[in-house]
This record gives sequence, structure tokens and C-alpha cells, in this order.
Amino acid sequence: MTAGMWLKHWWLKLMIRSYIPAAIKGLSLTVRRMFQPRDTLSYPEEVHVPRKGYRGEHRLKKDDQGRMKCVACLMCQTACPAECIQIVGAPSPWPDRDKIPVVFNIDMLKCIYCGMCEEACPCDAIELTPTFNKVALTREEKIYDINKLLGR
Amino acid sequence: MHNLLETVFSHPAVRGGAKIAFCIGFFVLALVPLLVILERRISAFMQNRVGPDRVNLPFINRLGGILPGGLAQPLADAIKLLFKEDIIPSGADKFLYLAGPVLVLVPPALGMIVIPFGSNIGGEPLQVAHLGVGILFTMSVLSVAVYGLAFGGWASNNKWSLIGGMRASAQLVSYELSLGLSILAVLMLSGAMDPKGGTVDPRELVQRQADHGWNIFGGGNPWLLPAGLGGFLLFFISALAENNRLPFDLPECEAELVGGYHTEYSSMKFSLFMMGEFVGMILMCSLMVTLFLGGWSLPPLFGALNGANEWLAGGSILQGLVSVGIFVSKVMVLLLLYIAIRWTLPRFKYTQLMDLGWKRLLPLALANIAYVAVVGVAASGGQP
Repeated sequence: MTAGMWLKHWWLKLMIRSYIPAAIKGLSLTVRRMFQPRDTLSYPEEVHVPRKGYRGEHRLKKDDQGRMKCVACLMCQTACPAECIQIVGAPSPWPDRDKIPVVFNIDMLKCIYCGMCEEACPCDAIELTPTFNKVALTREEKIYDINKLLGR
Repeated sequence: MHNLLETVFSHPAVRGGAKIAFCIGFFVLALVPLLVILERRISAFMQNRVGPDRVNLPFINRLGGILPGGLAQPLADAIKLLFKEDIIPSGADKFLYLAGPVLVLVPPALGMIVIPFGSNIGGEPLQVAHLGVGILFTMSVLSVAVYGLAFGGWASNNKWSLIGGMRASAQLVSYELSLGLSILAVLMLSGAMDPKGGTVDPRELVQRQADHGWNIFGGGNPWLLPAGLGGFLLFFISALAENNRLPFDLPECEAELVGGYHTEYSSMKFSLFMMGEFVGMILMCSLMVTLFLGGWSLPPLFGALNGANEWLAGGSILQGLVSVGIFVSKVMVLLLLYIAIRWTLPRFKYTQLMDLGWKRLLPLALANIAYVAVVGVAASGGQP
């Protein structure tokens, strides 16, 4: 072992056992971390904006005459893996379709927000909106009926 | 009006009272809550959190949100602590149990009285008590604080608290020595540069540093620079241990001892322990600033700041306040370093602590004293 190697070994050992370089390294890490941006949102002031295509609560679409697009074909009810959609059809008052729904209930507590109903719909009548923070105080409030779904 | 103020303040009791009021009101009652919220916010930022940034206090809201963010959090905490049930555990030794928190808070607050926190205003030195034995007084008062921890741990009739109290006293014996020896080295260092010899008077120490240069930079003698820097490092590490701060917070390690010596304390007694810890930190930082970092003075930076210290000692109200500001900002920098270290370093094991105290810091402190002695004798031309 040359003198230079011995000195280097001794110095490294001293630096490690004095804890000081490690402490300085750690301090620089934490101080740098202080100035990094953080992901936390201050909720009531800053509201989370979901990404494009986020699957939130449903709505029923209307056509350009203001009528609901739904034809009560039950495709969404069939496609739904959570079985949260309940539809009761009735004869349509309008000539361009046979049926319209009179009951269209979605149980938002059962829904898994998979978007299968949106994909199954042949008339592009149901879609998932980015709304994600609707709060209710009772279970009944979370069963959305046709008026609530159309009005959104 | 001006004359009235002058007449009132010409009375020594009024001057003394004003200084005591500043010492207690600022260093204990104002800086401690500030430190609490700073500690919480800084730790949050270091961990990529936000921390307490809003407080809903009705009377604060009525002010129109003048206090931003979590600045009112310590106030809310204090109100909560005041209204909590004050429990004395059955089987506790009542007298010692009550003496514990008092003995933790009072000694550091007492130690503040000899710290010169500014130059002077109208010839009145900004220091509560001008004791000739100032540094020794602070040291002796500081060692009393550990009785508070030991009493608290002993009297609360709890195994974990007892371990915490025992650890506090064992930690004291392994650190007080290197703390005292590094203070001794810096006193010798400042004595080596002055014809009057060594002194333990804090005001005199600060005045010498204002005249010759800070003690951390060798007090004006380039040969003493390593002694100053090394002594400061030793003192800082020992001070961390003295205040039971991480990485040496063995007496109150939450994970092992369920809170340590203050597990059984609740309500205001608990907050007295907390306050005592923070006041101890403030006192240690003030001591560091007084001993090593030149108190209220500015460093003579290559002649760029020549005359600044004479201006600070001028004696007008503005000059006095600026000197207080310089002292407080130095203390704040050290306190921030304390906080940053707390949230960076993990806790030492008990064996490592003893090892560090007895086998590394003590020999280093002794070597530091020997070095200062040799250089000091050489600088004075062989005259003792």
C-alpha cells in the first residue's frame, strides 16, 4: 500500500465515520425538495380538472329539437356489467322512433363508471361527463332518474 | 410627549423592564409560536406536502384575513391545549410531576437574560443583566433543564417515560463535556487576541468580535481559523444533543418510547415541555451567535464593511434596532438549520450517541483547546 493510497483510505474512512458529508448530502436533498412543486391541490380554492375522456357521472343527451335521443332499446342496460341501469319503455309520441323511456334510473352507487353503456348506445344518447364530486346525503339521492339525467 | 418618554425611559427600572419585556415577549412568547409553525410548514415542504395552511378562527376571520395561511395555527393549538383536560396519572409523584415542565421551561428563559441581543440605545446596552460570569451562568442554568426531563420521566409512573428521562440524563453527561470544552476553546481564542486576556462576559466577547473579527473565523488571527470553524461545529453538534433535537432526540423518540418523558403529560403541562424545547433551541442559537458569530456585529469583509460596527454601536434608536435585527436574523438562520437537520437526519442509536460523544467529540474538543493554546501563546510572543 503506497502512502497516497493509505492517505486516501484514511481520508475516506474519516469522512464516512464523521457523518458530516452524509449529513450535508442529506440536507441538500431535503432543501432542494422544499422548492419542488407539489401535487397537492388546496381543494376549495383549486378544483381538480379531470383529464379529457374522464369517466364521471352520466347524462342523457338531447337532439337539436330538444328531445331526448334515447329510444329505449335497452342496449346500455344489457351491456352494463354492474346492472345499475333500469329502463321502462313506452310508445313514442314522435314518428321517427318506436319507443322512448318513461323510467330511466341509474344507481350511481352501483355504477363502476366503466363506460360500457356509452359504447353500447346505438343513438349516442348516453355519455359520461367529467363530473366526479357530486355529494349526496342519502342513498336515494344517488339513484338518478330520467329528469336528473336529462337536465345535466 | 417626547420629553415625557425621555423622562420615563431615563429611569433604570423602566429601561430594565422594557428589556425584560422584549426578552420574554419576543424570544419566548413570539418566536416560539413562529418556530412551531415554521417547523410544521418546512417539514411539510421537505416531504412534498403542504402542511397547515389555513386556520378557521372566528376572530381572525373578522380581521379580513390579515393573517395568511397557517400563521394562526400555533394560536389555535394553544387554545386547544389550554382547554384540554389536565390529567395527573394515579401513582404519579405529584410534586416532581408538577416540577418537571417548570424546570424545562424556566432555565432556558433565564439563560436568555445574559445574552446581548443588540448594541445599545442611547448608551443603554441591550442586555437584560450584565453579569461578569455571563457564559458560565448560562451554562449552569442550561444543565438544570435536564432535571425537568428526568423528573418528568420519573414522576409520571410510566416505564417508557422513565426510560426517556434516564436517556436524557445519560445524554447530558456525554455531551455537556464537549459542549463546555468547545466553549472553553472559544473563550481562549477570544482571549488570545486581546491584551486584557480571556473573559466570560458576553458583552465583552461580542465587542471584541466586532473589533477584531468573528470567533468562527479565528477572531482576527488566520491561524485560529480551523479552531474557530471546528469549535463551532463541535458546539453545534453538542447543542443539538443538549436540546434533544434530532438526530439526538433519544429522550423523546416517538417510535420507541411512545413520546418519551412527556407521554403522561397533557394540556398546558405538555405545551410547557414543548415551549421549553423551543426556548432551549433559541437560547442555544443565541449562545452560538454570541460566542462564534459576533452577536449583533457584521463581519469585516475585506474592508468593505469597515465602520459598519461603529455605526451599529452609535446609540440612536435606529442603530440599536438594526443591531437587534442583525442578531435576530443570525439566530433565525441557525434555527432554520436546526429544523432542516431535524427533518433530514435519522435518529442515532444509543451506542452510536455514546460513541460519538465520548470517543470522537471529546478528543476533538481537547485537541481544539490544545491547538488554540499553542497558537495563542505563539501569537502573544511567548508571553502567557
